[in-house]
Amino acid sequence: MSVLATRDLIIDVPGREGGTPLNITIEPGQVWGVLGPNGAGKTTLLHTLAGLQAPRSGSVQLNESALGQLRRRHVAQRLGLVFQDRQDGFPATVLETALIGRHPYLSPWQMEGADDYARAETALERMDVAHLRDRLVSTLSGGERQRVAIATVLTQAPNVWLADEPTNHLDLHHQSAVMALMAEQAAQGQAVIMCLHDLNLAARWCDHVLLMYPSGEACWGPRDSMLVPSALESLYRQKLAVVEVDGAPVFVPIKG
Amino acid sequence: MLARLGLPLSLLLLAALAALLLALGVGSAQISPAQIWDLLQGEGDALARTMVMELRLPRALSAFAVGGLLAVAGALMQVLLRNPLADPYVLGLSGGASIGALAAMLGGLGGLAISSSAFGGALFSTFLVFGLAHGSGGWTPSRLLLTGVVVAAGWGAVITLMLALSPAERLPGMLYWLMGDLSYARTPWPPLLLLLATCVVLIPLGRSLNVLARGPQQAAALGVAVRPLEWCIYVAASLLTAAAVTTAGSIGFVGLVVPHMLRLLLGNDQRLILPACALAGGTLLVLADTLARTMIAPEQLPVGVITALLGVPTFLFLLYRSR
Repeated sequence: MSVLATRDLIIDVPGREGGTPLNITIEPGQVWGVLGPNGAGKTTLLHTLAGLQAPRSGSVQLNESALGQLRRRHVAQRLGLVFQDRQDGFPATVLETALIGRHPYLSPWQMEGADDYARAETALERMDVAHLRDRLVSTLSGGERQRVAIATVLTQAPNVWLADEPTNHLDLHHQSAVMALMAEQAAQGQAVIMCLHDLNLAARWCDHVLLMYPSGEACWGPRDSMLVPSALESLYRQKLAVVEVDGAPVFVPIKG
Repeated sequence: MLARLGLPLSLLLLAALAALLLALGVGSAQISPAQIWDLLQGEGDALARTMVMELRLPRALSAFAVGGLLAVAGALMQVLLRNPLADPYVLGLSGGASIGALAAMLGGLGGLAISSSAFGGALFSTFLVFGLAHGSGGWTPSRLLLTGVVVAAGWGAVITLMLALSPAERLPGMLYWLMGDLSYARTPWPPLLLLLATCVVLIPLGRSLNVLARGPQQAAALGVAVRPLEWCIYVAASLLTAAAVTTAGSIGFVGLVVPHMLRLLLGNDQRLILPACALAGGTLLVLADTLARTMIAPEQLPVGVITALLGVPTFLFLLYRSR
């Protein structure tokens, strides 16, 4: 039973003609990595999967229903998105920011209750930002903001995680912690789809991989069949050296 | 949570009542709060009762309604455009209303004709700005803002032209209207009811507005139907502003300064800010209008001058003190 699936999906990237129709089936417990060079359409794909952007053709199915037919609130109770960049509108504290993850579950007249606060605080602790709870988000460092954004989706507690470069701005320890969180979510039965630029994180933490080319072509499948040096070299147009560390391949760009 | 909303709102409500009491008591004849209580009960001196019930009370309530409408409209515009500099007039609304009102005055019409002409001008300007900003694609906040600012500048030029061409005896009335004047406000109930209805409708939308303030994409990802909500805010803010301008002419600064001051003091939860704006905006304008009619009595000052003179230093002080 797929939690998220695409049917002949072609995403709408301006100036691109067609491409490979995506027929991907994502099941609970899977961790998908989306890899590709800049401008390949990774963010567009995630936004299309979240229903924020209309596809050029084809459709997205969330729990076997067409995403376009569902109400936004219904979608938001099942699917959460970590954005790559965030707009700062009005000043808000860290706790307030995490708390809006509960928005899809509350009725218009309902105020956030103790349970909602508890969920937000747990998420902040899990992301190691609980000590910043009363700080304004605009005063935080890039990495701290990234962790607050992830804590917001953790408060939202979706079945499907769409994460656009979730390790952006993070130091090594927190990169690893975020990937462990994604793996943990998958182990609890959630599905995770994330765009990554770090091949080594993909190799270590993802079980499925989608490669996206700037031309619109794409291929996907289990990690080991996708993370082949020759395919990655043509994807990034970059020569790579591969070594094995700790049971996983490590890709290093080489000169020339 | 309820306590967090309750305390500031009760304080603001008390301030509003105190301001109204002051407005009823102060003027050419001073009336003490105890006397006002008697008068409201239908007792006391007949002359004083006529003055309070038929002159001061409608005017004070109109001032309260207009101030509340402007402040709520400003808060909504700031969320809609995600721009702290937005105010109720930013989309050229007051310019449109002014042209309607001035045209009616030039034509020698009075009272109701001026009001309906102003209301028509405000709505015309709203649709003009929205249509132009919409263009062939969709509108974005920055496009709406730019279109509004440019249209407002255009109205400004037309207003100056109309003033330059007006006969001298009509000029004072026109200038007073442009700077805001409550002396013609006789029926406070329509704007007051509109203010109340708006608050009741907006409070359940408050959390969605909080999410929308973080940007449309984030809001959509959290389950907000962004376009319908934006439409609703746009129409509501325009209607509120048009009603305010129609009642009292264009009064500046209330819509910009009040939401800001409250955000600096109370944080940014729209569920608190919107009712707080209604109360604080109303209070400010009641006080400003009381000053305007007493400072150089029996002459009256345009109330817009007072709101600016009070609002600007307070606002700058709060901004300076904020983190």
